[in-house]
Amino acid sequence: MTEKTISLTVNGRPRTLGVSTATTLLDMVRSRLELTGSKECCSEGECGACTVILDGEPVNSCLVLAVETDGSTVTTVEGIGVGGMTPLQESFLESGAVQCGFCIPGMIVTATALLERNHQPSVDEVREGLSGNLCRCGGYTRICAAVIGAVSSGQTDV
Amino acid sequence: MTVFDYHRPESLAQASELLAHERAVALAGGTDLIVAIRHRKVQPAMVVDLKSVSEIGDDIAQEGDTLVIGARAVMRQLIDDMTVNRRFPALAKAASVVGSVQIRNRATLAGNLCNASPAADTAPALIAYAATVGITGPDGSRVLPVEDFFTGPGETVLDRDEVVTSVRLPIPISPMGSAFARVTRRRGVDLASVNLACVIDPSGRVRFGFGAVGPTPLLAEATLDDLGDEDGWSRLLAITSPISDVRAGADYRMAMLRVHSGRALQAASKELQAS
Repeated sequence: MTEKTISLTVNGRPRTLGVSTATTLLDMVRSRLELTGSKECCSEGECGACTVILDGEPVNSCLVLAVETDGSTVTTVEGIGVGGMTPLQESFLESGAVQCGFCIPGMIVTATALLERNHQPSVDEVREGLSGNLCRCGGYTRICAAVIGAVSSGQTDV
Repeated sequence: MTVFDYHRPESLAQASELLAHERAVALAGGTDLIVAIRHRKVQPAMVVDLKSVSEIGDDIAQEGDTLVIGARAVMRQLIDDMTVNRRFPALAKAASVVGSVQIRNRATLAGNLCNASPAADTAPALIAYAATVGITGPDGSRVLPVEDFFTGPGETVLDRDEVVTSVRLPIPISPMGSAFARVTRRRGVDLASVNLACVIDPSGRVRFGFGAVGPTPLLAEATLDDLGDEDGWSRLLAITSPISDVRAGADYRMAMLRVHSGRALQAASKELQAS
């Protein structure tokens, strides 16, 4: 049983596919579902570039086996702002929070989940909430400002 | 990663049977195991996912004078739980510094113990609060104090076909004061160079749990009077045997252990007085 058929919902769309047991959720969304927004970077749960929302909570998709997600609901960065950019995404642009951009999908996914949990986070809460997402450009100040900006724009309905 | 058999048993009996296989490993949150598989530190022939075992819950519930934490409960739940925050704040604090938001949504308390890192953040708090581990195998169940669960780095008393089903905290009758402390190189997503928890009761009995200063998390007990001078502290800390590694030197660990134990005792005493 090194191959299993799983069914899950990804970005609102039901999917059924056969996966190898050694496939991570990250590998599956990138290679099998061709959703390449989620990035592979450290592959050990340090950097957060692969963050997706699994059954309502942000997780490192590099640390989840695809077979574990049978019956689950997954939202990747491609599933956020489908009908037009969310206030959070707009705020990232307005704040100039994007430098090389590699960490941004993970930042957006994590911050989206943060704002769903906490509609009015303080700067400290944003920093703590994003502490599992690394940015090698060092753009943390503007990234935090972008999240706070999305809050203070009064549009926390991300 | 190399492929392996994946099973998701629905009962403890099935789980035990599967885990008895050669090179079978148990999977809960996966935040340690999947990294270990990727680095080939663990090369399983079979992964046994315990998340559908009906007898293993994810509830945090009071049963009589015990708070029972189901082995599937993740760090996020501990941080959010009212009873944990009110009665066992040092455990809530310890859970809140494990990994990152993403890790805490997957990592289980039971898994943190089973991984048996000497630096496991929740172990010192559990030891200080006199928590026990509920274990079930084919021959029945047993309950052990957390400090007796570990046998070495990455090693526990678990037989290969045994699983942890719960972590149990005795709810104190009289008020207690407690504190958690941790030294790391950076603020987030880092393993502890030293971590510890301290619990003091109204009669002045003190229980410390020490992490990352020995091959396993350690229990150290004293009375408040014992800790009135430096000799008393030396006797308390004599059970530790810190090593030098990439995170800290042995001398630094020892120095930080003394300083932060003292501060934790002060904080716990203050909390006791305020209660």
